[in-house]
Amino acid sequence: MNFFNNIYPIMWKEFLQIRRDPRTLAVLFLVPTLLMLFVGFAVNFDVTHIKLAVLDDDQTEQSRELISSFTNSDYFDYSYSVHNQQEIDNLLDDGKVAAAVIIPRKFSDHIVKGDASTVQVIVDGSNSSTASSVVGYTTGAITSFSANLRTEALQRVNKTLNIPIDFRPRVWYNPDLSTIKFQIPGLIGYMLILTCVVSTTMSIVREKERGTMEQLVVSQVTPFELISGKLLPYLIISLLLTVILLSISFFVFGVAIKGSFIYLISTILLYLVCALSLGLWVSTISNSQQVAFQIATLVSTLPSNILSGFIFPIRSMPIPVQIATNFTPAKFFIHAIRAIMLKGVGIQSFWDDWLAMIIFASAMIFISVRRLKKQKL
Amino acid sequence: MAAIEVKDLTKKFGAFTAVDQISFDVKEGQIFGFLGANGAGKSTTIRMLSGLLAPSSGDAKVAGFDIATQTEQVKRNIGYMSQKFSLYNDLTVEENLNFFGGVYGLTNEKLKKRKQYALEMSHLTEESKRLTGTLSAGFKQRLALGCSIIHEPKVIFLDEPTGGVDPVMRKGFWELINILSDGGTTILVTTHYLDEAEFCNEIILIDAGKLIARGAPSELKAEYIKSPILEVECSDVNTAMSLLSQQNWVREISLFGTTLHIQVQDENAGRQELQKLFDANRITLTRIDRIAPSLEDVFIHLVEKRELKPE
Repeated sequence: MNFFNNIYPIMWKEFLQIRRDPRTLAVLFLVPTLLMLFVGFAVNFDVTHIKLAVLDDDQTEQSRELISSFTNSDYFDYSYSVHNQQEIDNLLDDGKVAAAVIIPRKFSDHIVKGDASTVQVIVDGSNSSTASSVVGYTTGAITSFSANLRTEALQRVNKTLNIPIDFRPRVWYNPDLSTIKFQIPGLIGYMLILTCVVSTTMSIVREKERGTMEQLVVSQVTPFELISGKLLPYLIISLLLTVILLSISFFVFGVAIKGSFIYLISTILLYLVCALSLGLWVSTISNSQQVAFQIATLVSTLPSNILSGFIFPIRSMPIPVQIATNFTPAKFFIHAIRAIMLKGVGIQSFWDDWLAMIIFASAMIFISVRRLKKQKL
Repeated sequence: MAAIEVKDLTKKFGAFTAVDQISFDVKEGQIFGFLGANGAGKSTTIRMLSGLLAPSSGDAKVAGFDIATQTEQVKRNIGYMSQKFSLYNDLTVEENLNFFGGVYGLTNEKLKKRKQYALEMSHLTEESKRLTGTLSAGFKQRLALGCSIIHEPKVIFLDEPTGGVDPVMRKGFWELINILSDGGTTILVTTHYLDEAEFCNEIILIDAGKLIARGAPSELKAEYIKSPILEVECSDVNTAMSLLSQQNWVREISLFGTTLHIQVQDENAGRQELQKLFDANRITLTRIDRIAPSLEDVFIHLVEKRELKPE
């Protein structure tokens, strides 16, 4: 109770200051909310509605069937029907189409005769990730078209074809492979660490700059009480922010939480402690608000975006970078929260993430307290 | 009983010795002045005594508690006010007092009473709902003092409390310090305004980390300035200064803004010699007066003596 009595005035003062500064408070809540909405609606790595140009020199039933096998899906839009190679070149040059299909004369003749027929697909490779999806889709479309042809041909001579491997993929956890479901945990992780680290760092460094920190250090409040009193209000604010972000992801993007709420809250709390301790550390190494702000955004934004697996898969990184990813708590948070929100699995799948976050937070607090004590001497 | 006892207190930052084996003690209820130029080691000493810095060697007791081993008790019994007037500008006057009171564990009735006292003492009752950031430097200074005494400390450390405040406010501030001292509070104050040091019961002078003199202001003057001082205003002060410093009847000379302070062996002989010298060199004498020595004279005398004497 004594502990609470001692930290109460500090917490109360911190809330008063936050309330006096509605602009900062708005930034604290509005920026993550807007960012989540923007990213949720705009950033979509699913490649659909690829603009397609078609040069059909054959003009037969078979060629039209092939074309419709492209356009029957959401993946392609039949945007242009062209009549010569030059037009295709122009469309691709101007970026009006991302891919073109050229069906040669005698396409159906070859098919009917049972000869091999060729189809040319030209893909705009300037955006490599889109291009590889387009190549995948066109290969798929043409492969299934030719498999159908073969089956039909065999049926005509009363034979059935035994397909050696019947390939039926099932995608679990995120069956429609939507980007947003995969991204929401990463986004939450990124925004929580950013607001948490920046706000705590600034609040501590501001006191250092004003000299009020010194005034508190000469009082009877212990450093632990002082730090707790200053960090707790930001923990509460960050929890509120988490609730807002989770509500948006549920009500706006339809991402339900499959797993247990207890696990979810525990993971978030652990992660917030990591972020607060990181903020504490940044505040011990910076003496002005300007420096603090830059370091805080750097150490929170960069690793949680690039190294956390939020955007780039960690498995495809070079080994040294893979090792470096272990220094960002966002990696473990995102892994655990994906497991809880999307898979709904139990603690056996993410206990190691919890452990990693506990180690991170303890190390940060240990280093910070050592630095704080040294500064005093 | 001594409120502060300091013995051989030393602070080294690497090879640099900021405070060099300082010893002194302060009686209860005294106003104790700590004088020295900027960087002489005043703030470092105060920071050690208030627990912000650990000494490299030496001992000190504040309010009867050892600063190295009884930090907790020391902290409960001291008030600290720095030259920055460390207040929260985005809180009101009253909220600042509430906060610092709360930090020292004051609640309810006790807090209310002390807050009332601090507001009245610092004449800020009418400003209690104002945001601290909108107050003038003088008001902030008084509020900072109010915040540092809210928990009724036995000893108060004031580190350059009058910096950046106008002379009228400075005078008012010293009245507050006197009130506190009359109430039995011990006050240790650093300043580089030597005129303020006259208000202290006792002062010590430190230079380059070393204690060079101590005593009541009047004692110090009597001890170090034995010969009369003439204050001189004239044309071409610089020429006058270089001429006078070559005369054997001049014991010491120093420049105070546009006037010269000259220590002479004998007042009347000095006046005549000076007139002669000025006439010979066509310097017009506008004013000459015998003045009572100030602490500034003492300080300059002591510091110059140290600089002349190589260690």
